Amino acid sequence: MSKENWFLTILVLLLAFLPLTESRFYVFLGTDILIMGLFAVSLNLLLGYTGLVSFGQAAYFGIGAYTCALLMKKASVAFPLAFVAAAVFGAIAAMIIGFFCIRLTKIYFAMLTLAFSQIVWAIAFKWNSLTGGDTGLIGVNFPAHLDSPIRFFYFTLAVVALSFYVLRKLVNSPFGRILTTIRENPERTEFIGINVKLFQLIAFMISGFFAAIAGALFGIFNHSIFPDFIFWPQSAEVLIMSLLGGIYNFFGPVVGAAVLLYLRMQVTSFTQYWPLILGTILALLLFFFPGGIVGFLKSRQVFTRKNKCS
Amino acid sequence: MSLPDPSFLVIQCLSGLTYAMFLFLIASGLSLIFGILRVLNFAHGSLYMLGAYLTYYFVSQFVNAPGQFWWAVIFASLSVAIIGGIIERFLLSRLYIREELNQLLFTYALVLILSDFAKIVWGTGQLSVSRPAILKGAVPILGQYFPEYNIFIIILGPAIALLFWLILHRTRWGRFIRAAALDREMLGSLGVNVNRLFTLVFAIGAWLAGLGGALVSPIVAIVPGMDVEIIINAFIVVVVGGLGSFWGTLLGALILGQVTSFGILVLPRLSMVFIYVLMAVVLILRPWGLLGKPLQR
Repeated sequence: MSKENWFLTILVLLLAFLPLTESRFYVFLGTDILIMGLFAVSLNLLLGYTGLVSFGQAAYFGIGAYTCALLMKKASVAFPLAFVAAAVFGAIAAMIIGFFCIRLTKIYFAMLTLAFSQIVWAIAFKWNSLTGGDTGLIGVNFPAHLDSPIRFFYFTLAVVALSFYVLRKLVNSPFGRILTTIRENPERTEFIGINVKLFQLIAFMISGFFAAIAGALFGIFNHSIFPDFIFWPQSAEVLIMSLLGGIYNFFGPVVGAAVLLYLRMQVTSFTQYWPLILGTILALLLFFFPGGIVGFLKSRQVFTRKNKCS
Repeated sequence: MSLPDPSFLVIQCLSGLTYAMFLFLIASGLSLIFGILRVLNFAHGSLYMLGAYLTYYFVSQFVNAPGQFWWAVIFASLSVAIIGGIIERFLLSRLYIREELNQLLFTYALVLILSDFAKIVWGTGQLSVSRPAILKGAVPILGQYFPEYNIFIIILGPAIALLFWLILHRTRWGRFIRAAALDREMLGSLGVNVNRLFTLVFAIGAWLAGLGGALVSPIVAIVPGMDVEIIINAFIVVVVGGLGSFWGTLLGALILGQVTSFGILVLPRLSMVFIYVLMAVVLILRPWGLLGKPLQR
């Protein structure tokens, strides 16, 4: 096992002991970070690995949340089945939306992903009889056998760890290398005989699949689902998380999610002006730490190593 | 379904036109900034919101002055232009060497900062500005009454569009601006100070947003959240019309104004979905918009 893998195994084990602190706060925060971390990593498969700036990632998150909760509540489908269905729905939605989006590049791609996610948002907002509209879907209970925050935390930990394992295998596989090649230069990738659009579409689907898993988890964790989950500022926030952590590192977005959620929890306890602080953090980040937290730490590491050599 | 009363349709069409003119003011600034600076300015809605709040502030300052509303509009929109210029000169211009995503996210940071700034200064309640005295009345149209102020807006919109077009096409600076949209390096090597031109363009764009906000203040409630509400609609306008296309923006605003106005009547539930579908369809079929030109690069 590589150094990084050891590090992660230990981290997961440490997290597994988190509920022993008997602090409801840490269990809550831990669950939140794991879910949003998965959401940010799913976006980063597009953003950092494939070079596609999606501004509508919240659509798949919301589809996952609504699908899982609605199947459980309105159709009495068992949780495992509803959960899998949510992920599959997310991937299917991403396939349909991605089919159109990947034809465009850069700003037009971002605008089209935004348009589609706003369509999904408007449907969730207006379809009162199904989604509860503006009031949202409330009373989403813990499924059987997972009916306590601690049990749900363990379930989330298992799902997220497994997702990270799969995604990491994926980005380190030849498939992942092709995505990186596309990010660096789509035209040259095309010249060496790779169907760029097809690979982009597959990446889009995988991204939607995992975003929907995160959404399904979050809907239950939050006990309620609102159209706001899909509204465009949510897509912007997950972009900020990824950027804050660093988009050129697999776990960068998780670090970003952790820092942002922890800060938000601390800041909102003494002031309501969280957006002001978030905006300031974002601006400082863009000006001074364009590589994000992980990028910054890595560059320092390289720097000190060089010093030692000389 | 019986046919609705024609006078009602006319009124509905006119209110759609009023909305279209505000959309046009905001979106034309957005489109101008994108056309020249290649920055998609998320903070444009925030500048619009600032225009409305500042109008409220200046109206309360000039209580007894004659024509207080008009002075407030002028001061508010110019203040927004100055704020825009400062933002571009000292902050945004430092990010041009970075990827487009960084510029986009910086303007989003501004959205967050300015929305809380407005909340801190003016609170979270609804504020309102009363209509100027000379336009307080309403005009009878086919038996229904329509506010004079809205008619003034419907006339003012095309007037500003025309003025704007004349500046762009008949003045020296207008020619520089159009040249910068085509090739900024070439313009710079011909001796034009491109950095100053960029600041000017951003300030003009901000002025248009501020003017939109100032003029809309008598007919809507000034509330936090009016920034994020308008910005997506402004995006739809420029995308439908064509990013960077002047007449396209006008066309996009007219379409969106009428779709919003009549969509609520015909299919109240689907009208909101419909405008996003419109945006998606245009992007899929003609990414460069109805009247835009495809990018050469």
